[in-house]
Amino acid sequence: MATYDFLFNSLGLRDWCDAHAGEKITGLAALLKKTKGESVTWQETPFPSLNALNDACGAIPRSGDFTRMLETGFLDIRGALKLVLDPLTQPLSWMLDGALTLFGAIPWFILVPLLLIAALLVSRSIQIVVFMIISFAMLLFVDHFEMTVETLSIISVCTVICVVLGLPIGIAMSKNDRVQNAIIPVLDMLQTLPTFVYLIPLIFLFSITEPKLYGIAIILYAIVPVIRLTNLGIRLVDKDVKEAADAFGMSDMQKLLGVEIPLALPNIMAGVNQTIMMSLAMVVIASLVSAPGLGERVLQGINNNELGVGFIAGFGIVLIAIILDRVSKAALSRVNAAHH
Amino acid sequence: MSDAKIKVSIKNLYKIFGTEPQSYLEAVKQGLSKSDLKEKHNHVLGLKDINVDMREGEITVIMGLSGSGKSTLIRHLNRLIEPTDGEILVDGEDVLAYSDDQLRQLRRSRMSMVFQKFALLPHRTVLDNAGMAPRVRGDAKASIEQEARRWLDRVGLKGFENSYPHQLSGGMQQRVGLARALTSNAPIMLMDEAFSALDPLIRTSMQDLLLELQKDLHKTIIFITHDLDEALKLADHLVILKDGYVVQQGEPQHILLNPNDPYIEDFVADINRARVLRVGSVMTDAAHASHEPDGVVQARDSLESVIALAEGDTNKAYRVEDKGQVVGHLEMRDLVRALVRPQAPEDGVRAS
Repeated sequence: MATYDFLFNSLGLRDWCDAHAGEKITGLAALLKKTKGESVTWQETPFPSLNALNDACGAIPRSGDFTRMLETGFLDIRGALKLVLDPLTQPLSWMLDGALTLFGAIPWFILVPLLLIAALLVSRSIQIVVFMIISFAMLLFVDHFEMTVETLSIISVCTVICVVLGLPIGIAMSKNDRVQNAIIPVLDMLQTLPTFVYLIPLIFLFSITEPKLYGIAIILYAIVPVIRLTNLGIRLVDKDVKEAADAFGMSDMQKLLGVEIPLALPNIMAGVNQTIMMSLAMVVIASLVSAPGLGERVLQGINNNELGVGFIAGFGIVLIAIILDRVSKAALSRVNAAHH
Repeated sequence: MSDAKIKVSIKNLYKIFGTEPQSYLEAVKQGLSKSDLKEKHNHVLGLKDINVDMREGEITVIMGLSGSGKSTLIRHLNRLIEPTDGEILVDGEDVLAYSDDQLRQLRRSRMSMVFQKFALLPHRTVLDNAGMAPRVRGDAKASIEQEARRWLDRVGLKGFENSYPHQLSGGMQQRVGLARALTSNAPIMLMDEAFSALDPLIRTSMQDLLLELQKDLHKTIIFITHDLDEALKLADHLVILKDGYVVQQGEPQHILLNPNDPYIEDFVADINRARVLRVGSVMTDAAHASHEPDGVVQARDSLESVIALAEGDTNKAYRVEDKGQVVGHLEMRDLVRALVRPQAPEDGVRAS
C-alpha cells in the first residue's frame, strides 16, 4: 500500500497505471517495512516525488529513469553536435599540439633566454627577470622544467584565443545593450559553474585523448574577464571624447580603433591579466582530462598519495603564477603610465 | 545688423526628450507647457520653436542659464542630437536630409567644434590632437603636420607639439582644442561653453585670442555661454535662450538698452555698462549738437574710454566718427544717463 494510491484511484487511473507498469523496483527501506509488515506513519508521508508516485502507479517513471532519459537524449544529439563542433574546434587541437611540440623541441638553454628577453621587453623590469632566473633554475634543478613549459604553452595558446574571441564579443556588448543583456547571464554562468561540471558534457562530446577537450574547458573558464573588462572599458571611455570623435566626423571604425580601444586599454589589459591567471588555475584542473604539464603531477600526487610529487609541482605552479602575474601587471602599469 | 549672407539657419526647431517625442509634438505646438509635459507625460521639452539666422563671418552667441537648452541647440547644428521637428539649413542645404556619409563630410570639413571640457585625446600628443580633423579626412601626412604646427603656433603653443594634454594647464589644453578646430579649416566653428571651465584671467585672454583670430579668419562662429559679459564681448548677434525658447535676439547693444523681458533685465542689471556700451549706441544725431565738440571719438569706443578722455567732466561733448565719417554727436550728460542701471524687476528671477 503506497501513500499516493488514493490519488490515482480517485482519478480513475488505476487501470492505466497497472497496464503501463514497468518492472516494479522497490526501495530497500520500503522492502524492509513490507517484510516487517509495518504501515507508513503520518510523519513519514513522502513528498510526491517521482519515486513516491511510482510506488503508487507503475506507469510514472522513477527519478533514475529521468536522469537516464537525459543521458540518452544527450547521446542522441551527440552525433549531430559532434558533426558541427568537431571541425570547428579542430584547429584548437592543432594549435595546442603545435605549441606543445614546438616549445618542447627547443632546448632549455635557448628557451630560457628567449622567455627572459620576452619578459624583459613586456615588463621592462630587471627584478622580474631576476626572479624568473631563480625560478627557472629551481625548476630545472628538480627536472620539472619540461612540465613547466607544457603548462606555459597551453596557457599561451588559450590566452591568445581568449583575447582574439573575447575582444570582439566585448566590443559588441559595449555597442549594444541588448547584446550585453543576452551575454551577461552566460558569463555569470561560466563563472559560477563549478569547474568540474563543464568538463562533463565535454567528455561526452570529445575523445579524452584530444587536446581540444581541455583547451575548450580552459577557454570557457578564462575568457570571461577579458570580455567583461573590454565591455566595461569601452563603456567607461569619457563621453566628451567620444562626442568629439563624432563631431569631427570619425567613422565607427576610426572611433573604435583610434579612440575607444586605446582609451579602454588599461581595462582590457586588466582583463587579459585575469584571463592569464584563470587559465593557469584551469590548466591544473584540466589535468583530470589529460592536460599535460605540472597539473598532471599534482593529480598524480593526489591519486597515489605521493606528498612530495604533488608538493613540488604545486610549488612550481605558484612560481609560474607569480611570474605571469608580475609580467602582465608590469605591462598594465606601463599602459596606465602612458595614459596619465 | 549686417547684410552678410546667411550661413546657418534654424527654422521652427523643436526637441522633445522622451520615449515618444512625436506623439506630444502637436500638443507642444498648440501650447502645452514645459512643466505640464514633464508632469503629465514624463517628457522633457528641450527646445521650442527656435528660429535663428547665423550670418557668414559673424559671431553668433547663444546665451542662457544651465538648463535653458543652449548645449542641446548647438548639438543640433552638426546633428550630434536629432531634432524632433524643424529645419536646419547650412549653406541653404537641409542638414536633416543628409545621409550618414554626407553628414560625416559636413563634420569633417565644414563644421568644427570646441568643447567645454576640451575633450582631447589623452593618448595622443598635442600635435596629433591638433591634426585630428584632417587625419580623420585622410589628408596627406606631411600637410596635416604642417597645418597643425601652423595653428598651434598661432594659438601660442609653439614648443608644446610633443607634449601630452595632461601635461598642459586647462587654458593651454583649450588652446589645443581651438587649434584642433582651426586645423580642420572648416568655415563654421561651434564653440560649446568653450571658455567656461577656465580661470577668469585666462578666459579673458582666450576671448581676446578668439577676437584677434576672427579679425583675419572671418569664420562663422556659433558660441555658447552662460556669461553675459562674455556674450556681450564676443557677439555680433546675441540670442538669449530660456527654458528652451528664444526670449530675445538681436544686436547685443540693442538688447542691453531695450531688454524686452524681466529675465533679460535681470541679466543686464549686473553688467558694467560703461565697459560694454559703445558710443554708437548712445550718441544723438549730429544736428542736435548744442555746442562745439571738445574732441572726436569713434563710434566703436566704449563709454569707459570716453569718460577717461573727458576726465569725468560731464559738460563736455564729442563728435562721433566711424571710419572717418561723422556719424553723430555725444553729450557727456547723455552718456552718464545711459550708465544708470535699471533696477532688477520685482517679478524677475532673483525675486523668487
